[in-house]
Amino acid sequence: MTAATEQIGSWLAAFTDQPESPFQALRRAGFERFAELGFPTTHNEEWRFTNVAPIARTQFRVVSPVCAARFNGAQKIEGGIEHFDPARLASETNPFVALNAAFTDRPLVLRVAKGAVLDEPIEIHFDIDNQGGPVAAHPRILILVGANAQCSIVERYSGNGRYFTNAVTEIVAGEGAVVNHYRVQQESRDAYHVSTVWATLGRSANFASHSISLGGALVRNDAGATLSEGTEATLNGLYIANGTQHIDNHTTIDHAKPHGTSHELYKGILDGKASAVFNGRILVRKDAQKTDSKQTNKNLVLSDEAVINTKPELQIFADDVRCTHGATIGQIDAESMFYLQSRGIGWEDARSLLTYAFAQDIVNRIQVESLRDSLERILFEKFHEHA
Amino acid sequence: MALLEIRDLHATVGDREILKGIDLTVNAGEVHAIMGPNGSGKSTLAQVLAGRDLYHVTGGQVLYNGKDLLEMDPEERAREGVFLAFQYPVEIPGVSNMYFLKAALNQVRKHRGLEELDAMDFLNLVREKMKLMEMDQTLLNRPVNTGFSGGEKKRNEIFQMAVLEPRLAILDETDSGLDIDALKLVANGVNALRGPERSMIVVTHYQRLLNYIVPDFVHVLSDGRIVKSGGKELALQLEESGYAGLGIYDEEEAVGKA
Repeated sequence: MTAATEQIGSWLAAFTDQPESPFQALRRAGFERFAELGFPTTHNEEWRFTNVAPIARTQFRVVSPVCAARFNGAQKIEGGIEHFDPARLASETNPFVALNAAFTDRPLVLRVAKGAVLDEPIEIHFDIDNQGGPVAAHPRILILVGANAQCSIVERYSGNGRYFTNAVTEIVAGEGAVVNHYRVQQESRDAYHVSTVWATLGRSANFASHSISLGGALVRNDAGATLSEGTEATLNGLYIANGTQHIDNHTTIDHAKPHGTSHELYKGILDGKASAVFNGRILVRKDAQKTDSKQTNKNLVLSDEAVINTKPELQIFADDVRCTHGATIGQIDAESMFYLQSRGIGWEDARSLLTYAFAQDIVNRIQVESLRDSLERILFEKFHEHA
Repeated sequence: MALLEIRDLHATVGDREILKGIDLTVNAGEVHAIMGPNGSGKSTLAQVLAGRDLYHVTGGQVLYNGKDLLEMDPEERAREGVFLAFQYPVEIPGVSNMYFLKAALNQVRKHRGLEELDAMDFLNLVREKMKLMEMDQTLLNRPVNTGFSGGEKKRNEIFQMAVLEPRLAILDETDSGLDIDALKLVANGVNALRGPERSMIVVTHYQRLLNYIVPDFVHVLSDGRIVKSGGKELALQLEESGYAGLGIYDEEEAVGKA
């Protein structure tokens, strides 16, 4: 038996051990696809800088993903099996999405009624406790937002010890819907975290995703959106890594129809021996004329040993579009340091302050006040204890 | 005792010597103007005194209040009362002017054995100083110098000086890029801060500023050395005959003449 089949085999046992479920067909389609794809290796271009061998080699005990949630006006759909199509998995390219489907267990399906305006955000918090050896959880969220509805969604991930979270969130927004999605990843420093967020957006919908990655030993986030005519999508992200943390953000914006606008700003702060990846794919299909797309990735590298790999990936098949992209990798600005010091602020405080300021740019864009405040506190403490 | 005593100061940037033996004594309460053509080393002198590590001191000594200034980190110099008004104030997006200045002031106060100010006391102090500089209060909540006009930046420098109350203020071409109204405003702010305990070094290329900030002494810097010192009338003489009247040229021209 090769290593690959051995790795899949260990999941097979967990797969077959699952109690009967109405999601059996979906699970089977998921596992079949996962078995075909296997765990990705670094020979796969999509995974070139992220080695998932530590996940593949570990024998996890699969646990039910349990979350604390506040729906704040969204309607929870029990069961919800009709919203999942097993056939779709046959063309899935991400093995972790297939693996998530193979372990579908009480997916969280929410609906925001057409035209509804939710004042408070939908809050979903997964907190994983690894009691009794490494566990794996496969949270699955589906949020259906009706036409012209407005809502915010806050997802949080945290936990203790060594475990593997493999989360998939899908958002389907109707025509004219306004959706703000926030994802705060504060997993333990021994955790593996793989996530996929995909938004399918209706005509003239407005979607913003904010992905904040702070924790985890090995992290891979895939975030993306499919745009319709006149849709506006924003993908923002902040990743902060030190020690030996590895955080990989892959984003995809699929301009499928004309007059779409997308903005993307991902910022990273890397210290110690941390490594990070940013890969920003922008696809402008043949029909998507008058697309306006802007992508920016900025990295602040605080140590000589930290590594960042950043790559834009533009695939443009329409001829009347505006697409810009840019990436920067830099250190703390010496002139700014001197300016702060020349006013009496010590070297370490000045460095913390400038690092905080770099992150602040993303935090300021968060519209949920309580979340923004709590992140400001977390970042402030993080950079000050660090200094 | 002199507040500042510079003795035979030499400094280089890269392998180029910029300061070639500066001697200067500044007593408490005095205002010294340092004039000179481009490339003469004026700004280098200002930056060296504030502790910019871009420049390497290769010889000489600087005593500040009897202590070795060159041994101190930039922040220590600031806490000891040295203030540099930057020729090009640095934009720092993401840090509010208010947060920055409160942090700075409290560091300086702590060093002087004073209690740190809370938000209310700080705000009261700052309001008073903003009036002096005719500054709009909204500038407090904006990021440091970000999106400020040239004039606003220079005013912000003098405003910071007013809040931090230094013993030695070094103004590096604070007049550059200012129209006459902004220049008067900045000069008024500076003049309001003059006092028997506060010394100033005013670095400028043009005599114009010295009509409004009248110095006690004027020094002319050329090619890294002070070549002429005198009273405020020296500035007027320079205004009439130019640096060329003293046989001094811009650095580039001087090189061309060699």
